[in-house]
Amino acid sequence: MSADFVLYEEEFKHLEEALRRLRQEANAKAVFLIDKNGQQIASAGEIEQFDTTSLASLTAGNVAATDGLAKLIGEREFSVLFHEGQQDHIHISIVAKRAILVVIFDDRSSLGLVRLRVKRASVDLEKIFDTMAQKSDKGAGPGGPASPFSEITDDDIDALFGE
Amino acid sequence: MTFINYASKEINCKIVYYGPGLCGKTTNLQYIYNKTAPESKGKMISLATEADRTLFFDFLPLDLGSIRGFTTRFHLYTVPGQVFYDASRKLILKGVDGVIFVADSQEARMEANIESIRNLEANLKEHGFDLATIPYALQFNKRDLPGVVPVDEMYRILNYKREPTFEAVATTGVGVFDTLKSVAKQILIELKKR
Repeated sequence: MSADFVLYEEEFKHLEEALRRLRQEANAKAVFLIDKNGQQIASAGEIEQFDTTSLASLTAGNVAATDGLAKLIGEREFSVLFHEGQQDHIHISIVAKRAILVVIFDDRSSLGLVRLRVKRASVDLEKIFDTMAQKSDKGAGPGGPASPFSEITDDDIDALFGE
Repeated sequence: MTFINYASKEINCKIVYYGPGLCGKTTNLQYIYNKTAPESKGKMISLATEADRTLFFDFLPLDLGSIRGFTTRFHLYTVPGQVFYDASRKLILKGVDGVIFVADSQEARMEANIESIRNLEANLKEHGFDLATIPYALQFNKRDLPGVVPVDEMYRILNYKREPTFEAVATTGVGVFDTLKSVAKQILIELKKR
């Protein structure tokens, strides 16, 4: 199995802060950060109206399919995708090579403004991901939380499956 | 690739259902969706053709309960089984934590089963995974049909590493949850070892 992706509270707060700032500065409806495997990492804005689990999975599929297309034509990747709707639009970009930043916006914003703000936010988000990667390489450290699996017993696992 | 979120106290894992076309991957997921309580499942997504053949993937998020204060969520995916969708199958396997191979028990589909396992092995390798070590279960589906290949013969031909094997009739649910539980358990045990 490949290495786990671990998100600690401190980095989660920083990510949420960066997304809140982006949403405000871009005048967006909602902003999501999704990992390339289809799991939601963090979000900000009017998220209640969205099925965020489905959105994360479909966006990752979308990006994965587009990556495939890019390679077919000799490109490394398409780093930005834009879907234009009647009222709402979606701007999708890759951040830190492993995450997908989704901005949903309407006529209160513009593609140009979203692109500008996303570019700036991506720098902040990459720094946070770098910190996460360093933390993950070093291990959680003495002050950090223990892995949830360190104390899990076989009985715990059996209990989960009603055995 | 398991996602552990300490902020929301969640463990997220990905399970992919693999197998040849029309073997019952989507049927497995549909049965799981229909039988799972509303509070334990999300919306099921099926990206399919007009003829209801899986085009890209099916997706079903499931909550299996809490373990040491962490909610365990499993994201179930199926791949499109038809041979010419190999590029899409590769994409869906990205970040997988466990695989369920759904084999079609009909004699006429044995060759397709064998080819699909080879395809699974190759596609996992492209992502840096090894079928020999990844959490894995084998399901012999459609056991209710007349003239199906005997189980021991199917096992002899299709088993890869003495993985847990289940007889199933996905349309009625026989063996569906047992197969899923087997792989989910293997994933958690594997995570415990790390």
